[in-house]
Amino acid sequence: MTKLSNDRRTELAWEALSTVLDPELPAVNIVELGLVREVTATSTPGGVRVAITPTFSACPAWHVIERNAVAVLEAAGVGEVVVEKRIAPPWSSDDMTEGARAKLERFGIAPPAVHGGLIQLASEAPVRCPRCGHPDTRLRNAFGSTLCREIRTCAACHETFERFKPL
Amino acid sequence: MTLTPELKAALVERLTAFADDELVLGHRQAGWTGHAPLLEEDIAMANVAQDEIGHAVAWFELRAELDGSDPDRLAFFRAADDYRSAWLSEQPRGDWAFTMLRQYLFDAYEAELLARLSGSSHRPLADTATKLAREELFHLRHSRLWVERLAHGTEESRSRLVSAVTVAWPLMPQLLAPLPQDAALEAAKLTYSSRDLEQSVLAATRAELVGHGIALPPFAPVPAGNPRAQRTEHLAPMLAVMQSVARADADAQAW
Repeated sequence: MTKLSNDRRTELAWEALSTVLDPELPAVNIVELGLVREVTATSTPGGVRVAITPTFSACPAWHVIERNAVAVLEAAGVGEVVVEKRIAPPWSSDDMTEGARAKLERFGIAPPAVHGGLIQLASEAPVRCPRCGHPDTRLRNAFGSTLCREIRTCAACHETFERFKPL
Repeated sequence: MTLTPELKAALVERLTAFADDELVLGHRQAGWTGHAPLLEEDIAMANVAQDEIGHAVAWFELRAELDGSDPDRLAFFRAADDYRSAWLSEQPRGDWAFTMLRQYLFDAYEAELLARLSGSSHRPLADTATKLAREELFHLRHSRLWVERLAHGTEESRSRLVSAVTVAWPLMPQLLAPLPQDAALEAAKLTYSSRDLEQSVLAATRAELVGHGIALPPFAPVPAGNPRAQRTEHLAPMLAVMQSVARADADAQAW
């Protein structure tokens, strides 16, 4: 293997990590979800150290994400790989990119509103139906098919859909 | 900061109590999966149970950093006598009123607890508490509404809630009582004032229940010495089921 510069190694690592999908949300990758906190090049021996954070601490997808991250990094040839679980600062839905929000909506899951810390306010603000775009939707269940989602119904098209909770 | 061996041992005890409360409660609540009175509540309770079990893992992982223990071994290969769960968490699943009341009492306790722990001088403890506190908000909102709904729903829902209160409320002081070494943790600013925590939790939950016109029974006495040294008769049968799969093949790989 040719020797890579530190910059090139971190660049390759970010590229590789952006191919890892959240198995519970296969529309978005872990970089755009904001789960990858830091990538640093290490020199002895040459490799990368990656810090990843879980969405919810009981998220069952965590082990799959961790394992897949190691696999793609090793396949990218960035040298020795260390993946660290980092819980501080805790993950927030505000860490998601605009692109990820748009992808979620196209996938049929209403994205979380940007809340800037006002989580309660964002939880109760109107939510647009991802299918017909109507703003009149109501909460049916504060809990959904995964820890990060709630279930809502649209008053206009009567479709039931999920929303990613503001966290 | 570096912990003295005494503080480390005290913290291991404290974390074990936190983890055992969450694990035992999570397993109890998971007993509703597929059996809850409404599909929505089935989903909600499965989520809550999953969160509590995940939080048990978080506390066990903190303990692991201190003493190198294995969370799975602690959960699935430890005898009932070595658990440090509270009596309230060990009670059988009960009916829906007992389930939601117990959940509410725990959620109210955890809200006060985690708010205090997020100011701990032990950084990993503060970080974990901050993370868990966000997730717990969803629980408290849900269980509190259920207590209100049961109190003012029908004659039957109210009488079931009243029966649940007679079982659950007397056990609150044992849940909140400090362990023998907690005073050392408190003095080192690793944790909180146990007395202040107890008063805040009891004030909040008493106000809620009395506000719904529910009369509160007297407290059960808290055992002298270590308040969590003794188990109720309910834990061993629960663990016999919960641990049976892991014990059937100790080397099985989950992932």
